[in-house]
Amino acid sequence: MNGGPETPPPLEGGDWGEGVVRLVPGTARINPSPPPPPSRGGGGSGPSLRVRLRNRGLDGVTLLVLPGALFVVALFVYPFLYGLVLSFRPKDGGWFLANYATFFADPFLYDTIGKTLAIAVPATLLNVALSVPVAMRVRLMRRQRLLTTILVIPITLGTVLVAEGLLTYLGPRGWVNRVLIEFGLSAHPIRLVHNYWGVMLSLLISGFPFTFLLTLSYVTGIDPSLENAGAMLGARAAERFRRILLPLLVPGLAITLALSFVQAFSVFPSAVLLGAPAGPTRVISIAAYTAAFEQYDYPLASAIAMIMAGVQVLIVVALLAARGLVFRGPASTGKG
Amino acid sequence: MAISSRDFRSLRLDAIGREFGNLHALRGVSLTVQRGEFIALLGPSGCGKSTALNCLAGLLPLTSGGIWLDERRIDTLAPEDRGFGMVFQNYALFPHMTVRKNVGFGLTTHRVPKPEIARRVEEALALVRLTAQGDKLPGQLSGGQQQRVAIARAIVVEPPLVLMDEPLSNLDAKLRLEMRAEIRRIHLMLGCSTIYVTHDQDEALSLADRIVVLRDGEVRQIGTPEDLYARPSHADVAEFMGYRNLVRTTAEPAGNGVAVTIGGARFPATPMEPVSGPAIAAIRPDDLSPAADGTIPAVVEAAEYRGRDFYGFARTADGTELYFRSEQRVAAGEAVRLEPAPGRVLAYGARSGA
Repeated sequence: MNGGPETPPPLEGGDWGEGVVRLVPGTARINPSPPPPPSRGGGGSGPSLRVRLRNRGLDGVTLLVLPGALFVVALFVYPFLYGLVLSFRPKDGGWFLANYATFFADPFLYDTIGKTLAIAVPATLLNVALSVPVAMRVRLMRRQRLLTTILVIPITLGTVLVAEGLLTYLGPRGWVNRVLIEFGLSAHPIRLVHNYWGVMLSLLISGFPFTFLLTLSYVTGIDPSLENAGAMLGARAAERFRRILLPLLVPGLAITLALSFVQAFSVFPSAVLLGAPAGPTRVISIAAYTAAFEQYDYPLASAIAMIMAGVQVLIVVALLAARGLVFRGPASTGKG
Repeated sequence: MAISSRDFRSLRLDAIGREFGNLHALRGVSLTVQRGEFIALLGPSGCGKSTALNCLAGLLPLTSGGIWLDERRIDTLAPEDRGFGMVFQNYALFPHMTVRKNVGFGLTTHRVPKPEIARRVEEALALVRLTAQGDKLPGQLSGGQQQRVAIARAIVVEPPLVLMDEPLSNLDAKLRLEMRAEIRRIHLMLGCSTIYVTHDQDEALSLADRIVVLRDGEVRQIGTPEDLYARPSHADVAEFMGYRNLVRTTAEPAGNGVAVTIGGARFPATPMEPVSGPAIAAIRPDDLSPAADGTIPAVVEAAEYRGRDFYGFARTADGTELYFRSEQRVAAGEAVRLEPAPGRVLAYGARSGA
């Protein structure tokens, strides 16, 4: 800058606040660049193996993935493949697809797909439809933490406890029916358990918190200034929801639907406890259970489990494919 | 339909206030904006300027005072009923809509017929020079282009008032200068009123017809850029307007004004408020330069090259720190004699801020 032997570092600019930077010439020297680190391995030409691995995102921390990977292999991949192979080996020998043929030949078995869908699909749709408006309201609240804690409780209690509670609460002598009869709204107890509605209610109660928390995270992910921008441009609440929030929410809702559906489709405890497991709520997991533990036909049970997985995969893939048709970018703009 | 048309005479903020719990974000702010005026709300972060803008927009309710558009009280209306345009700091473009859909959004909510929407969207895009980008999504545009879409979207509905919340703060320095000129051009072309929030005094000086300086939720000074530049009313406003040298001193009456002592030398100063005794003398670095017969001896501690000239930082024998400008090369360690430009030293009472 000025050729003098002691060139001070440049004045720190831009702080028009109270701070005045005191600089003593010659104290703040920039170190000469350090010597290049000695290369390990690689014979001195080009970066070492370690550097090359690191450039691909692999370093010592990557090893921490191993326990998780082993866990997944031992508890998911192996049992799944075992079941898959087992399903192709019918108990009584014969053609390798005999179990699948049995399933699709017997209405008592293949009807379970329809019965499960008849419970799982409305339950999932209802859960998502209920969670969107609630999430829209909750995102504006200060004490979200308290509410979300309350909502998580049904998840932690587990389906069995919830089912047992509902059994008495909704039963012929439970509070609901007593109130209805007391106020003359019904002459005799309404049947709410041991049928389709019992299972449906249980799925709503145990599925809602999960669906809601997922929906809430998508709703809060939408930049609030987008809604403000809509309002400034004259859009009322309903129009803002329809034209701004909903389109941005659809991709997240597809994921929520898929995950909630998978949960509802594998319903078992409440279908047994609150439903009519021999009749309208004989869901596919009951069929698998019966095959495995009442007929001791593990290969057939495995085949049913595979069919169950297949139906779930079909629906999830369809949902995700539909998601691909809509806008899928981030729910905010701007680089700042 | 927006209730307000562009034909208004004045917008009046009548002692508006906004509290967040115990925090007074805005206190008794009053201002009258004439049609066609460009007003800059200027202040450091946390001064309440964005709160004021959001209150005007209707996004934040007032806790006291009122907002009037001519004889109509509007602070009780929802944002969608005020019909103002707003450019957000992060642009808030709808990410799932093309540029054309974004710009046309306000027209569709106002039930404008389709052919007219198409025509006005094209006009607005031409105005911000984005006709070729009309079918892109906001995510495919650069920051400056997104900025211009945001402006087009706000003005296409022909609002009486356009609110801008630090619209240039996310752009790089070169683009900021370009967009600054663009905003001024569009404002003049449309004839609407603009209220522009910024913390950058250069932006405020170059854009605004009048500047409102806010501090701690209160108005410190309202004036034209020339007023604020030459005659800031308080020491803290002076500091904000580029008077980098604020020297604690004592003032004595002398002639029409006062005399202040800086680095052992006495100078006449213009008092900006009644001053005697402890005082603060304010001088811009631009008005303090080395001269052969300069009266403030000081030693240069650092110097920056700025192209045309040098900006330096020097210390006098009594420890006073002074920023100055020099046309000649100066170097650290060099002794200089500084002299303020005549009539450019301002004096404030020592209690007024800073």
